[in-house]
Amino acid sequence: MHKKPKKYSIFSLIKNAFSYHENWQPVWRSPEPKNNYDAIIIGGGGHGLTTAYYLAKNHGLTNIAVIEKGWIGGGNTGRNTTIIRSNYLWDQSAALYEHALKLWEGMSQELNYNVMFSQRGVMNVAHTLHDVRELKRRWHANRLNDIDCEWLNTKEVKEFCPIINISPNIRYPVMGATLQRRGGTARHDAVAWGYARGADAMGVDIIQNCEVTSLNVNNGQVIGIETTRGSIKSKKIGVVAAGHSSVIANMVGIRLPLESRPLQALVSEPVKPVIDTVVMSNTIHAYVSQSDKGELVIGAGTDGYTSYTQRGGFNIVEDTITAVVELFPLFSRMKMLRHWGGIVDICPDASPIISKTHINGLYFNCGWGTGGFKATPGSGWVFAHTIANDEPHKLNVPFTINRFSSGELVDEHGAAAVAH
Amino acid sequence: MFLIKCPYCGERDQSEFNCGGEAHIVRPKNPPDLTDDQWADYLFMRKNIKGIQFERWNHSNGCRRWFNVTRNTATDEILKIYNMGEQPPIVTGIAPKTPSGETSIGSGNISTSYTKK
Ligand SMILES: Cc1cc2nc3c(=O)[nH]c(=O)nc-3n(C[C@H](O)[C@H](O)[C@H](O)COP(=O)(O)OP(=O)(O)OC[C@H]3O[C@@H](n4cnc5c(N)ncnc54)[C@H](O)[C@@H]3O)c2cc1C
Ligand SMILES: [Zn+2]
Repeated sequence: MHKKPKKYSIFSLIKNAFSYHENWQPVWRSPEPKNNYDAIIIGGGGHGLTTAYYLAKNHGLTNIAVIEKGWIGGGNTGRNTTIIRSNYLWDQSAALYEHALKLWEGMSQELNYNVMFSQRGVMNVAHTLHDVRELKRRWHANRLNDIDCEWLNTKEVKEFCPIINISPNIRYPVMGATLQRRGGTARHDAVAWGYARGADAMGVDIIQNCEVTSLNVNNGQVIGIETTRGSIKSKKIGVVAAGHSSVIANMVGIRLPLESRPLQALVSEPVKPVIDTVVMSNTIHAYVSQSDKGELVIGAGTDGYTSYTQRGGFNIVEDTITAVVELFPLFSRMKMLRHWGGIVDICPDASPIISKTHINGLYFNCGWGTGGFKATPGSGWVFAHTIANDEPHKLNVPFTINRFSSGELVDEHGAAAVAH
Repeated sequence: MFLIKCPYCGERDQSEFNCGGEAHIVRPKNPPDLTDDQWADYLFMRKNIKGIQFERWNHSNGCRRWFNVTRNTATDEILKIYNMGEQPPIVTGIAPKTPSGETSIGSGNISTSYTKK
């Protein structure tokens, strides 16, 4: 067994200050892959790492590995705009996302790792009569599900977020907004690193720079994987590969209803605090918040075609910026510093798939598309349950692959389509 | 971010076009006989290939006509444009070395070619 990591505290911070912070220890090990594991998780994003963490913590499975082709958190986990909320329309999704939100609320303490979860509120703005009706419907649905949500009229929107432009003469005037005060943002990298550290401490092997190149199946039972670092045996394999889910499914002839598309985001130069909440708009495809470093974090809508290139079209960025500048005229002269794309796995009903497959021991957790960061802890929690028990947790029963045959879709386009 | 050569109008920016998704999905000939699984397959399931994919595009902000495109989704390189109703062409392009790997050009991510010093 390996040493438990040192607990982080004010004392460890002071102690390390005396040695100029040169003696901090690595946060997780970098082991060589073993020949055999009780379970393998493919994909070291937030969802894969939380799956491993809860497999170890809630189900006592510690002889497990997370296999990541690049570096952990280098996929969508490290590329998203980190908006966290649970104000979804349908009961099934509300239950799933609210369970995750509750886990966010205790995450930094549980992990002894500061994920900088900041409940600064998330405002979903309405610009048309249709938006008003849609958002009010969602507000009522949320209240019936015991999820905090408020309706703000235009004046109240302005009071809550003073820099927003409420002129009635703009192309998409602000006609009101919903506000979920418990929503907010978190530091994405810290989420990956915190869960990696926690999983590693329980014995989970985190193996980076190791790509899964095929799955081995025998008589309808999965028996292992081939990787760029050799073969590894396991009778339980959970695939959590986001944009690459179809690539892995295609290896064993599983059909998924996914399209992988670029989703872009950008950040500005850092400035003093100007916006202390998250503002999102489905209609104009834009959402903005300000990071603790002072950068504006701006997200766009998806590009309209399949691509694995992690960059998208300039026209999408242009549309988003046009809308953001109209809503916040004082941003018009800000310089944008960085811009990137992630590959999101879009599902036809804008809901995830957390499911068994027709191959024994092979499970998929995918289809989170543009909005899975907020679900990171809850997704791992229910997926770990599904893998450990070979049965879904009650929260992911509705999210099977079979719903596309049965017709029991969980249509969350209103809550999830563009905005996250 | 790429250019598409519309067979009718010539080379234009991709933002003038809409992608109609995977090409060559044949509409079922005997709809009443299909099982729920077969319907699901036809309506929802997609190959979503990383590498060379056949897809339909429409010049929606131009001549509004449809055509097929053979595109490498790992690089966004367009390999061949052909008419609706034609069979998919045989083409070769720069495929990733491994199924989920990144190509040396155009991917914006070199994670799998990273070697530790
Ligand atoms: C620009 C952008 C903005 C977003 N904004 C938000 C937001 O504000 N709020 C929100 O809730 N969600 C948002 N999302 C969505 C969110 O980022 C994702 O749904 C979520 O992070 C998915 O987590 P994951 O762990 O499943 O995927 P990832 O973090 O992508 O992890 C999958 C991992 O699998 C690895 N992998 C793939 N193939 C293989 C293989 N063959 N072998 C080994 N490893 C493999 C990849 O390298 C990757 O690290 C956004 C996404 C993007 C791109
Ligand atoms: Zn044309």
